[in-house]
Amino acid sequence: MISTHSRLGDDTVVIANSKILEVARFLKEDPELAFDLMIDLTAVDHWKNKPRFEVVMHLQSLEKNHRLRVKVPVEGSDPTIETVSSVWPAANWYEREVYDMFGIVFKGHPDLRRILMYPEFEGHPLRKDYPITKRQPLVGPKD
Amino acid sequence: MLLNMGPSHPAMHGVIRIKVIADGEMVKDCDIDIGFLHRGFEKHCETGTYTQCFPYTDRLNYVSPLINNFGFAMTVEKLMGLKVPERCEYIRVIMSELSRISDHLTCVGASAMELGAFTVFLYMIKAREWIWELVEEVTGARLTTSYARVGGVKGDLPSDFDGKCRSVLKQTAEVLDEIDTLVKRNRIFYDRLRDVGIVSKELAASYGMTGPFLRSTGVEYDVRKATPYHVYDRIDFDIPVGRRGDNYDRYLVRMEEMRQSIRIVEQALDQIPEGPTNVDAEGKIIPPNVMADLGKFGKTAGLLKNEVLIEPTLEGTQKRFHDRVRADSKEAWIPPKEQVYSNIEALMNHFKIIMLGHGVRPPKGEAYGAVEGGNGELGFYIVSDGTDRAWRVRCRPPCFPIMGGLHEILVGDQIADIIATFGSVNMIAGELDR
Repeated sequence: MISTHSRLGDDTVVIANSKILEVARFLKEDPELAFDLMIDLTAVDHWKNKPRFEVVMHLQSLEKNHRLRVKVPVEGSDPTIETVSSVWPAANWYEREVYDMFGIVFKGHPDLRRILMYPEFEGHPLRKDYPITKRQPLVGPKD
Repeated sequence: MLLNMGPSHPAMHGVIRIKVIADGEMVKDCDIDIGFLHRGFEKHCETGTYTQCFPYTDRLNYVSPLINNFGFAMTVEKLMGLKVPERCEYIRVIMSELSRISDHLTCVGASAMELGAFTVFLYMIKAREWIWELVEEVTGARLTTSYARVGGVKGDLPSDFDGKCRSVLKQTAEVLDEIDTLVKRNRIFYDRLRDVGIVSKELAASYGMTGPFLRSTGVEYDVRKATPYHVYDRIDFDIPVGRRGDNYDRYLVRMEEMRQSIRIVEQALDQIPEGPTNVDAEGKIIPPNVMADLGKFGKTAGLLKNEVLIEPTLEGTQKRFHDRVRADSKEAWIPPKEQVYSNIEALMNHFKIIMLGHGVRPPKGEAYGAVEGGNGELGFYIVSDGTDRAWRVRCRPPCFPIMGGLHEILVGDQIADIIATFGSVNMIAGELDR
C-alpha cells in the first residue's frame, strides 16, 4: 500500500503494481471487506507525469454496502500489470477495454484482444498523445 | 456449426455480433463482439468543456437520456462541492423516474415483440409516447434532452406540469395492467421466458451486473437505496426482487419497477417545494433586442422589472424561475437573460461561463458519482486538472458488464432463446460502445 485518502467521500487506496493480485484476493475474500462486486475498472493517462498511467478500480460490497477505489500506478515505459480477472470475472472485459484504449498489457489475461476498436486499428485512442483529429478508416478486412 | 448473429439482425436492439457455435439447436459456445457504435465519448469529453459534454451524455442510453444528464451533472457538482436547490433535486427525481419508465417500456415492449406479442409493443410505445410528450414540454426535446446543467437544470417545470403528469401516470398504470392481462399468464410468453437464461446470484455479482439483472436473482441492490442521491431518501418505495433469476423474473421486476417509479413520481409531485420566485407584478414582456438597446443607452431604471421574451425551447429559464433551479454559485451559474442584457456584472459572469478558456472549472481532483440508470448502475468517474476541460471522463455503462457475462448465460440454451435472453438485457449500443 502506498497511500490512502478519502477526498469527497470516496475512500481511495493506492497499491503498488507488483502486489495488486494479492491485494485483490484479500479485498474479495476478507469477510470484513467482502468486495464482491467490481463496479468499474479503467485507467487514467497522466501524460508527462511519472508514473504515466494509473489503473483505477471501483469496488462495491453487496453485503456490507461500502465502496472502495483502488488505484495502481503503472509505468509508461513498460505498461504492464497483473490481471485481476481471476478474482472478478467482470474485469475480463474492462481490462480488454483498457488494453484497447490505453495499451496497458494485463499479464495472464485469458483473452487480451481489442474490444471496441477493430483488430487492424493502430495506436491507443485514449492516450493523451493520440490526436483527436486522427482518422483511421477501415476500408476492408486485410485478409 | 458456426452461426453469426448480427451485426445487423432485426432482433438485435443495436449493432452487435454474436458468434454462436451451435450443435443442432443448442448453443455450445459463443463470442460476443461489440464496438460497432463506438463514437469516442470519453475522448470527446476530454476535448470539450464540462457543459459541452451534456449533449454527448444524451446519446449514451438514448431511451433514458435524462438519467445520463443528471448523472454527469451530479458528478461534476460533487467535484465542485455544489449544492443544488431543493426544487431542482425534486425535478431531477421526477424526470429520472419518467425516463426509467420509458426505458423499461421500451425494453419490455421490444422483447415481447420479438417473441410475437406485437400488441404489447404497440401499447407500450403508445405509453412511452405520452411520457416523451411530457419530456418534450419540459426539456424542449424528446430524445436529445440535454436538460441538466452543472448546478441545476435548464429551466423550471411548466405551470401545468403537475396535472398533466398525474394523468399520464394514471394512463400508464392502466397500460401496465393491460399488458399484465395480455402476457403475464400467456402460455407462449410464459413458456419462452420461464427458466430460460437463468443467472445465479454469484454469477451476476462476479460479472459486476447491476440493475434489474442483479435484482432478478434476489439481490436487493439499488443505487437509489444503497447510496441515496438527490432526495430518494425522503421517498418511500420498494425494490422489487426476483427469485430464480430467469427471463420471466426480469420481466416481472421491470413491470414492478415501473409501478414503483409511478409511486415515486407521485410522491415527489406532492412534496416538491415551490422555491423562491423573483417576480415583479408590473413587469412587461419585451424582446431581447429592445432590452439590450435600453441597457446600452443607460435607460436601466426599472429595466429589471421587465421580463425578456425568449424562444420556446428556453421556457422556464426566465429570471423569476431562475433561483428555483440553479445553485447559488457564480462558478457554475449563468445569470438570467434579463440581468445579462441590463447590467455589466451579469454580462461578465455570463462571459466567464460561456467563453472559450473560461467556463466551469472544478478544482483539481477526482470524483465518482453513480445513479441508478435504466439497466443498472450508471457511473461517471471524472478526473479534473483544474482547467475548464476534464482530464478524464469515464462512463461506467450498466450494459457493459452484463454483455461481458452474457456468454455464460446463453451457453446451454437453444438458439431461439438467445433472442429472449438478449431482449431481457435491454442492451443499448449507445452506452455499451460509447
